[in-house]
Amino acid sequence: MANRKELDILFKASKINKSFGDFQANIDIDISIKKGEIHALLGENGAGKSTLVKIFYGVLKPDSGTIEINNQLVSISSPKSARTNGVGMVFQHFSLFPALTVAENILIALDQKISFQRLISDIRKLSKEWDLFIDPLRLISDLSVGERQRVEIIRCLMQNPKLLIMDEPTSVLTPQEIENLFKILKRLSKSGCSILYISHKLEEIIELANQVTILKSGRCVSTLNAKTTSTKELAETMVGKKITKLKKNNIKNNKTVAFEVKNLNKIKDNDFGITLKNINLKINYGEILGIAGIAGNGQNELMEVLSGEVICNNDNEILLENVPIGQKNITLRRKLGIEPIPEERTLHATVPNLALNQNTFLTYYYKYKNRNNFFSNFFISPQHSSEESIKIIKDNDVRCPEPNPLANQLSGGNLQKFILGRSMANNPKVAIFSQPTWGVDIGAATSIRQKLLNLSQKGKAVILISQDLEEIFELSDKVCVINNGVLSDILPVNEMSASDVGLLMGANINNNTKSEVS
Amino acid sequence: MFTFVPRDKVSKNWVILGPLVSIIFTILFGLLIFTFLGYDPLETLYQVFMSPFSRVDRISDIFVKACPLIIIGCGLMLCFRANIWNIGAEGQFIMGALLAGSFALMFPDVETKILLLFMFLVGFIGGAIWAFIPAILKTRLNVNEILVSLMLVYVAMLFIDFIVRGPLRDPMSFGFPLTKPYPEGALINKIPFPGIGYLGQLHYGILLIVLLIPLSWIFINKTLGGFKITVLGSAPKAAKFAGFKENSITMTVLLLSGGLAGIAGVVEVSANMGQLQPEVSFGYGFTAIIVAFLGRLNPIGILFAGITIATVKLGADNAQMTMGIPKVVTGLFEGILLFFLLTGETLQKYQIKWKRFK
Repeated sequence: MANRKELDILFKASKINKSFGDFQANIDIDISIKKGEIHALLGENGAGKSTLVKIFYGVLKPDSGTIEINNQLVSISSPKSARTNGVGMVFQHFSLFPALTVAENILIALDQKISFQRLISDIRKLSKEWDLFIDPLRLISDLSVGERQRVEIIRCLMQNPKLLIMDEPTSVLTPQEIENLFKILKRLSKSGCSILYISHKLEEIIELANQVTILKSGRCVSTLNAKTTSTKELAETMVGKKITKLKKNNIKNNKTVAFEVKNLNKIKDNDFGITLKNINLKINYGEILGIAGIAGNGQNELMEVLSGEVICNNDNEILLENVPIGQKNITLRRKLGIEPIPEERTLHATVPNLALNQNTFLTYYYKYKNRNNFFSNFFISPQHSSEESIKIIKDNDVRCPEPNPLANQLSGGNLQKFILGRSMANNPKVAIFSQPTWGVDIGAATSIRQKLLNLSQKGKAVILISQDLEEIFELSDKVCVINNGVLSDILPVNEMSASDVGLLMGANINNNTKSEVS
Repeated sequence: MFTFVPRDKVSKNWVILGPLVSIIFTILFGLLIFTFLGYDPLETLYQVFMSPFSRVDRISDIFVKACPLIIIGCGLMLCFRANIWNIGAEGQFIMGALLAGSFALMFPDVETKILLLFMFLVGFIGGAIWAFIPAILKTRLNVNEILVSLMLVYVAMLFIDFIVRGPLRDPMSFGFPLTKPYPEGALINKIPFPGIGYLGQLHYGILLIVLLIPLSWIFINKTLGGFKITVLGSAPKAAKFAGFKENSITMTVLLLSGGLAGIAGVVEVSANMGQLQPEVSFGYGFTAIIVAFLGRLNPIGILFAGITIATVKLGADNAQMTMGIPKVVTGLFEGILLFFLLTGETLQKYQIKWKRFK
């Protein structure tokens, strides 16, 4: 019986260790994947998932540990040797050349020699066989994100892999595209190919996987049967503590309009930008308005005009309490009580190589200006905001290695606390968030989301631009979707379902994609 | 494969020891090279490193040579901190000298030094105009400032050549391309020391450094303008987030650095030449780029970097004069010194680790 079990196992890694300097990314990790199994790898950001799969694919070399494939000890020293051992991988950030065609991109990664004609017919055959519709002669730059992923999958399938590693494949897809991907993955596993599926989305794992291995701070904490576990159990194992449910209070009867955007148009300023077309939105005090959408559909451009980093063409395009502010710059808008919290914490919301008091000064300097005194306005410096900086650190429980550290000495979650604290200390009327929980762990994300809810309960107007649908639905009172620079109608959250939003997110991005989604 | 791994902490001792070790390495390498080329190695090293310190008047010459380097370096520091690459300080230096010189020659009989004050103003404007060209092209049309500022150097060189040979040539110069001598009011005098007389060429222009170093330190560290420059250089998006206007910062740093280069041009001509000639700069504008970086874009660092570079330049001149060592060899030696100084600085921040290539 034991022997039989051994035979079932395709891929077995034992006691994998990997450290970067003093930081141990993987500690004694054991994992075994059966033939034809979809095995999920779950963990928070920084738990060591990416390091582990990079070791499996030969991108990184482990400090110690062994890998067996079909009970044979193998040494995977490079991606090429991974491929010859039957391991293929689809990266989270695609490794395709935009200026080359699909076929050329596949050719580059191919280890065996093959004629171009033969390659094209092989690609056509594979894409038909697996419903991965793609024209081998199209340029990558013309493809949507979902299509690019198909190219990556075909590229792996060309090698007849025994194990396919997928690193967060759904993070860039619409719900419809996800559904399609899942169908393909399930068929692949039925045909005998094992899949190692990395994700932090719990529902997905339960729907798709047979087994799930959970990593936490570089260690393997447990391996569960995905069919018998629950999202709650998964989440708690992953985070290692009970997750506190968000407290949502539904007493909201303030109907005063706080912030309004009317027929806002903004033409893109470069080839990679998105033109904003006739944007309309309205938000009352005490409300959270969620703006969903896939990255790159105009969220950055919208954030820029809402915050005042980019000024509107017409003053009447944005109104605060019915007063036109479209042509006021970001500092004037801050004075009026609009606080933007951008997506990028370093290099946008803060300067990484400057101390926290300097980073406080970054958005506070106007307060020290004296209307009539040019001389003293000239000599204002970050020392002025030292006290405020200390107060922000104290009030928001920002954990610092020293009293006034550089911004890059803080962890992502702590830096986000500092940024939020800096804005909230100004007691704003309107707060505009872009991807506030992007890249922070679940614990920190929960506390940030709670802060957003508290803000709205204090009567602030909150705009939340996020790709995370779960987050949008959990927090928002009203929801809309941005797609290719167009904002959908705003509906109360209870009148919208996730699939409605998904359809809006994927609608008419380009006609090719639509016709190919069968 | 060797890789550079950032050090967790920069050792305080090595901040001082680093440059010393770099200089020791330079000396060892110098010994090797000079021996190989057949020059007396100890004598050459003495000439390059020690001869500038061998007499009081020579020491004072170090400061004379360092003076324009430090003035230009302080201006370039502002640009480079903002990530604006003004490579054309040489041209701005020339234009400052030219405009101020032409201005001075309009008042041939003025003896009061008030003329000199106006010349500084005019020289500043001259340099700033030359920097305004790349600045306006950069802010309006997003033209690369490196190319524009660099190419304008050659325009300035040819322009001063034309002016000195043509419109402003002194009819009494026996055909030499020289302007009339400056009036008394346009000259920067040497500093007389009671009982000693003059110390080499040491002139009152040195006072400008004494003024400029603390002023630029205060500007960088204690003013909103200095903060804006630092933020724009470190994180342009954060500057936008703070509401700092990128274009006006770009314009300001380019005009300031151009203006300072222009002032350096005025000092150099008024103190050391007393009239305009086709060549007023000896690569000061380019050398000052090295000074700014070697000084780690910090006014006090620039002071020391300026003195170091000036010393080696003078020492190299001495070696050429007394021993007949070709200029390329001393240039090579200067390069070795820079190489080790910069290596030393890099190794303070990074450690080298050997990693097996995968």
